Amino acid sequence: MTVDASNGAASAHHESSDSAHEDVRAADRPTRVAEPPELVQLLTPEGDRVDHPDYPLDLAPDEVRSIYRDLVLVRRIDAEANSLQRQGELGIWASLLGQEAAQIGSGRALGAADMAFPTYREHGVAWCRGLPPRKLLELYRGVSHGGWDPAEHNFHLYTIVIGSQALHATGYAMGIQRDGVVGGPNAAAAIAYFGDGASSQGDVNEAFVFASVFNAPVVFFCQNNQWAISEPLERQSRIPLYRRANGFGFPGVRVDGNDVFACLAVTRRALQAARDGQGPSLIEAFTYRMGAHTTSDDPTRYRPDADLEVWKLKDPIERVKAYLARNDLADQEFFDAVEADADELGRQVRADCLDMPDPSPMAMFENVYVEPSALLEEEREQFRTYLASFEDEEAGR
Amino acid sequence: MAEPKQFKLPDAGEGLTEAEIVKWHVQPGDTVTINQMIVEIETAKAVVELPSPYEGVVVGLHAGEGDTVAVGTPIISIDAGDDGAAIPAETAETGETAEAPKKQEAPRAQKEERQPVLVGYGIKTGPTQRRKRKSNATAGAAAAPAAAAPEAPAAPPPPPAAPAPAAPAPPVRPAAPGPRSRALAKPPVRKLAKDLGVDLGTVAPTGPHGTITREDVQSAAASTSAPPTAPATTALVAGEEQRIPIKGVRKHTAAAMVSSAFTAPHVTEFLQVDVTETLAAVRRLRELPEFAEVKVSPLLLVAKALLLAVRRHPLANSHWDEAAQEIVVKPQVNLGIAAATERGLVVPNIKGAQALTLPDLARAIGELTETARAGKATPADLTGGTITISNVGVFGVDTGTPILNPGEVAILAIGQIRDMPWVADGELAVRKVCTLSLSFDHRVIDGELGSKVLRDVGAMLHDPLTMLAWG
Repeated sequence: MTVDASNGAASAHHESSDSAHEDVRAADRPTRVAEPPELVQLLTPEGDRVDHPDYPLDLAPDEVRSIYRDLVLVRRIDAEANSLQRQGELGIWASLLGQEAAQIGSGRALGAADMAFPTYREHGVAWCRGLPPRKLLELYRGVSHGGWDPAEHNFHLYTIVIGSQALHATGYAMGIQRDGVVGGPNAAAAIAYFGDGASSQGDVNEAFVFASVFNAPVVFFCQNNQWAISEPLERQSRIPLYRRANGFGFPGVRVDGNDVFACLAVTRRALQAARDGQGPSLIEAFTYRMGAHTTSDDPTRYRPDADLEVWKLKDPIERVKAYLARNDLADQEFFDAVEADADELGRQVRADCLDMPDPSPMAMFENVYVEPSALLEEEREQFRTYLASFEDEEAGR
Repeated sequence: MAEPKQFKLPDAGEGLTEAEIVKWHVQPGDTVTINQMIVEIETAKAVVELPSPYEGVVVGLHAGEGDTVAVGTPIISIDAGDDGAAIPAETAETGETAEAPKKQEAPRAQKEERQPVLVGYGIKTGPTQRRKRKSNATAGAAAAPAAAAPEAPAAPPPPPAAPAPAAPAPPVRPAAPGPRSRALAKPPVRKLAKDLGVDLGTVAPTGPHGTITREDVQSAAASTSAPPTAPATTALVAGEEQRIPIKGVRKHTAAAMVSSAFTAPHVTEFLQVDVTETLAAVRRLRELPEFAEVKVSPLLLVAKALLLAVRRHPLANSHWDEAAQEIVVKPQVNLGIAAATERGLVVPNIKGAQALTLPDLARAIGELTETARAGKATPADLTGGTITISNVGVFGVDTGTPILNPGEVAILAIGQIRDMPWVADGELAVRKVCTLSLSFDHRVIDGELGSKVLRDVGAMLHDPLTMLAWG
């Protein structure tokens, strides 16, 4: 899988850069680190609803229950996929554990016409876009190269290369501009998902420049989960990530990434601004990767357990549950039903995964070009003959 | 009754080929549910727990804790019962694959070795499983592979470019001869090692990320006679604690040293000696026909000197009998030579060394250390010693404070011999200098006697002719 090479290369790169600059960084660190900024928060970790002057949010009880259900279900999908990898059924899995609120909040802010450009971890956003979980598993099982039509759910293919989708989103947003719909009733926006590690990538910074100077209708949604594989945030930036937007000439805001209400409200407003022609913005969803980078990673080697304990208290699901229970918006029956739904979904995900047929080797020729090409036809025939030359019957696999 | 389902060790990372079973959470007879954590494994990348893919009763575990298992090998059998079909995991696919590995993959696991490469996990050198081609393949088909895939689709994916420096060494278990990770060193250092005839696998790394530096190779070359200290030196990763089971020779050594250190009151004395003449004597001896077949080293003359010193001071070759409240002076010298071996420190001894001629003593020392290093020293070789020599000089140090071999009352350590500024005959000169240290049991040997023994050894090494006078 492509995942292999890029992840390996990325981590190897990080390690080599570590040792070389250790001393320099250690020496000037204290003078440069800024004070932690205010987060936009609408729901405290204890489940208390708070107001924010810039981000009013009015949610019906049904909607809150629906949000809670989404949060629980995507966590269950994630857990099941993690287990399937450990059982040898998936090549790899990138867990979203801890980032459910950032993904469900922002995902639910998207309009039908908006286009999302995910990384490889946006399982929650995929869920909001209506993409069946089995489509995600196909990729991680290695039986498809992507597996879905981006136009069908306005959800682009998972992108393994770190940060390149920021450029794709910006280009797509410039396309929306050229369609002449920005500011009108059919206006749409693009949203680019990426992480704190990607914020150091050239692609992301180039996307910022293009989006800014062309005033493109794009929202850059950075889930700052504090870790780029094994690299802590302090190795990515000396200022809070959202402040980088100022340097590029568009607004940036930091939101409590474990607060699904705040993520929803902030993303909603940023998308609307983009659709209205006010240009791009950067949202830094301040969250925490509770699991490993991927199933190939062992975070206990570089991350103190104490951090994890602190973030457990800020769990994105518990606070919604507390809010629902405290305000009598849901009873135990509801919570039990959601759990049962989650278990059923887990079983379904497992069954879907084990049922997946291996693709035919010939399938790789199918989506190369829109129009048939003589050369491709020739190669297809050569490959077919080659597969037929074996004694055993594996060619159909 | 349905066949038990077998869970094959999965690739928990990307392109990993094996893992060590760290801990089983279940035992035969236990009932397990889907996704219940059943075992903890350690791969080159991580320690992870594996959840059960099946629901049912554990029939058997096929690998023990501490075993290194190849990916694809069945590790546990679970009887899912008659109505197993109700469990989604039991598709036809998993059912049919359960049989295969027993025949194919398990034997392969033992044979395969990996050829190390710069990055990644190395290249498999085991038998490649190429799919058989039809014999009547058309000319077109034969030509096709060149244009198409060079590998059969069934071939395993290439190893990923993984973070090789971070890969930890698996816990050291001397009993299991698993594939050793390759020593890390830069190409010029490899060249240096090759030039100096140093096996990088035996060099303890001190560089960043467990790499072997130029200095490591040079110091290893300086003590080539020193065997690898212990397998524990392989690829230690900075910042990670390593747990080495205490057993075998190390355990024995530890017990002996503790008992000795806390029963015999040790005193250690030091003496620096100009051994230039001893080295000259060694060179001359080597040319004699009597020594043609044996190894003549400074150690031989140190041994001879100690034997002569013992003859002058018999109490140095004695034993403190606590029970009988007697000091037992031994009539014969069983001379122990401490030897660093693959298994740890052992001290075989030469029985009746005082009666041997110099060529016989040389032969005995040679055989003794040879046998010990090959791990073939017999219990008789290792017991009954009366006095010991420890040649710490081979490790490139000046001296040490040796701990008595239990039951003995004196031990002599020889430091490295090196060029030092030295006043000889009233003039500053560069001489070959060695530091001797003698530890003795103060219950038996007081400062005066200990000093005499050490001084006599020193005198003989300073001027080997003294050996003739006292011999």
